[in-house]
Amino acid sequence: MSQDNNSNGNRIDVDIQVENSDTAAAQDAPAPEEVSTFRLVATLAVAGVLAGLLIVLVNLHTKPIIDKYKAEQLQLAVYEVLPGVERYDTYYLVNDTLSLALPAGAKESEFKRVYVGRNSEGQATGVAISRGESGFQDVIMVIFGYDPIGGTLSGMKILDSKETPGLGDKIFKDMNFVDQFFKGPETPLLGVKTGAGKGQPNEIDMITGATISSKAVIGIINHALEEWKPILDKGIPEAPAVAESAEVAQ
Amino acid sequence: MNDQTLFSIFFSALVVNNFTLALFLGLCPFMGVSARVETALRMGFANIFVLVLTSLAAWFLNTYILETAPYLRIISFIIVIASLVQIVETAIKKLSPALFRQLGIFLPLITTNCAILGLAIFQTNRGYGFLQGLTFAIGAGLGLTLALVLMASIRESVEFSDVPGIAKGTGLVLIIAGTLSMAFMGFAGLL
Amino acid sequence: MRTTTAQQDFIRGIWKENPVLIQMLGLCPALAVTNSVANALAMSGATFFVMSCSSVLISTCKRFIPHEVRISAYILVIATFVTLADMLLQAYAPAQHKELGAFIALIVVNCMILGRQESFSSKNTVFRSLLDAFGTGIGFTIALVMMGGFREILGTGSFLGFPLFGPNFEPWVIMVLPAGGFLTLGFILLALGAFEQHKKDKAPRKQVQTVEASS
Repeated sequence: MSQDNNSNGNRIDVDIQVENSDTAAAQDAPAPEEVSTFRLVATLAVAGVLAGLLIVLVNLHTKPIIDKYKAEQLQLAVYEVLPGVERYDTYYLVNDTLSLALPAGAKESEFKRVYVGRNSEGQATGVAISRGESGFQDVIMVIFGYDPIGGTLSGMKILDSKETPGLGDKIFKDMNFVDQFFKGPETPLLGVKTGAGKGQPNEIDMITGATISSKAVIGIINHALEEWKPILDKGIPEAPAVAESAEVAQ
Repeated sequence: MNDQTLFSIFFSALVVNNFTLALFLGLCPFMGVSARVETALRMGFANIFVLVLTSLAAWFLNTYILETAPYLRIISFIIVIASLVQIVETAIKKLSPALFRQLGIFLPLITTNCAILGLAIFQTNRGYGFLQGLTFAIGAGLGLTLALVLMASIRESVEFSDVPGIAKGTGLVLIIAGTLSMAFMGFAGLL
Repeated sequence: MRTTTAQQDFIRGIWKENPVLIQMLGLCPALAVTNSVANALAMSGATFFVMSCSSVLISTCKRFIPHEVRISAYILVIATFVTLADMLLQAYAPAQHKELGAFIALIVVNCMILGRQESFSSKNTVFRSLLDAFGTGIGFTIALVMMGGFREILGTGSFLGFPLFGPNFEPWVIMVLPAGGFLTLGFILLALGAFEQHKKDKAPRKQVQTVEASS
């Protein structure tokens, strides 16, 4: 294949056109014998099976590592936004009520969920909720801690963000911004420009130069609460018997 | 399921996170093909067509087959894409030889076009449903076409300008692309 | 049979026929993940792994792959190794995996890898194919790290996360944004073009001098 400086498109085009038409004579391959369709299919099938086997093997090895890491990250995040809880239980939204268990045969990923933090007596002291919405660049994933009785926030953590480096990424790098969510602001939150606030308990100072990203984070929390407050106000189920409960603080 | 609205998905894929100018997908046709507006338009529409089909196929695979074997995702996607492009090419050849001749070499190129596989992967990662995926594909395809056409029309004009010798070719295209990308950043606050 | 030496097979991928800067292949990853040196290295590593394994495997099996289905076979092999790289990266370097995201899977459609299989591995010995893959991989890494370094230093004032300049440095943020990727590669190509032009301008004069000296 000539290594000329054309756009690579021409190169690949020649490859595939040669494959499609039968002018194999130009290649320096062995004399073109009739290759049976069976051999063609068999080769690909064998290759496919071998490939599948290799992937399954490596997957068996890596899946536990990956799952463990994901679970750890989630745990860390929940404990960060629910300071002071001993452990937490995962409740799924099944038929508009909170339920520890999923309906038989259901896929876990289809159900919205919240993480109810409990203290040493098993009382629910906070709920961690995660939600994602568009920010300035792309979707921002936020998890925050909410006290259903007082209606205040206990903390916030950005789980995933692709905001502009140096500007939008201040939503997790600027501790002055992040700390505000840990001081128990009332909900619904109100974003204000720094210095223009009236001192209301639900005000959050937005980041100068990253107003859209800040607004997005505030919006995510407010929208999530609009969705979950009616359900949480119905009451959080009592702690299950110790044998049933899920995560334990380590 | 993703919480994004259809409008925000469409608009985001079209201009805010334009597939070519922001996500760097679909660069092969962008660099090589984009010298004439007509060609760019045709390439763009061929891509939209394949993108929509891919979105459907990816959604189907994700929902029914890949739940049990998520690690086979990359392989099944690329096989499906390669087959789709082959089928589309054969179909066009039979149904409209004139169109086939016009599209010419572009069709096989679409297989290795990162935008197609990229769409399937993004759709999976963001957990888009059926309609969301379709909207995404149409928005992405139109965005790609938009970028191609813009680049082609700029290059048509540039042909009459006095460009220094060293800049001719890909270097110039990349700098134009950079400027376009900066221009598109202006859309970012719209959503 | 190729008439090049083993050394040539290895060296040419590194600079003279650099896949990104000279052949213009693999542009999608070159622009997308070079917003930091760490990402550039991770992507280069993954691509290096996929390309080396694919080249060796395809060169080993070249006699068993019928000509008509060769492209499909190559893609199948490459896709397998990409899947493996994806899983291994996710398990052992989860932070990097998150940064690279979808672009790991996009290594499959990196024209560079497919091109090497089609033009070299399918026609040469395993050892030569490995050298070729290594050379091309190193060339790819050089190109990506060059771009990554440029963009990270100017865009964030740091290299591999270590701040280089004092707190008064005003980072040129556009460099780590998509536009910066296009501009960086564009300017690197311009610089290369200028360098080539400069060499060409000097060469004829040298030849004339030699001829004069020998007459």
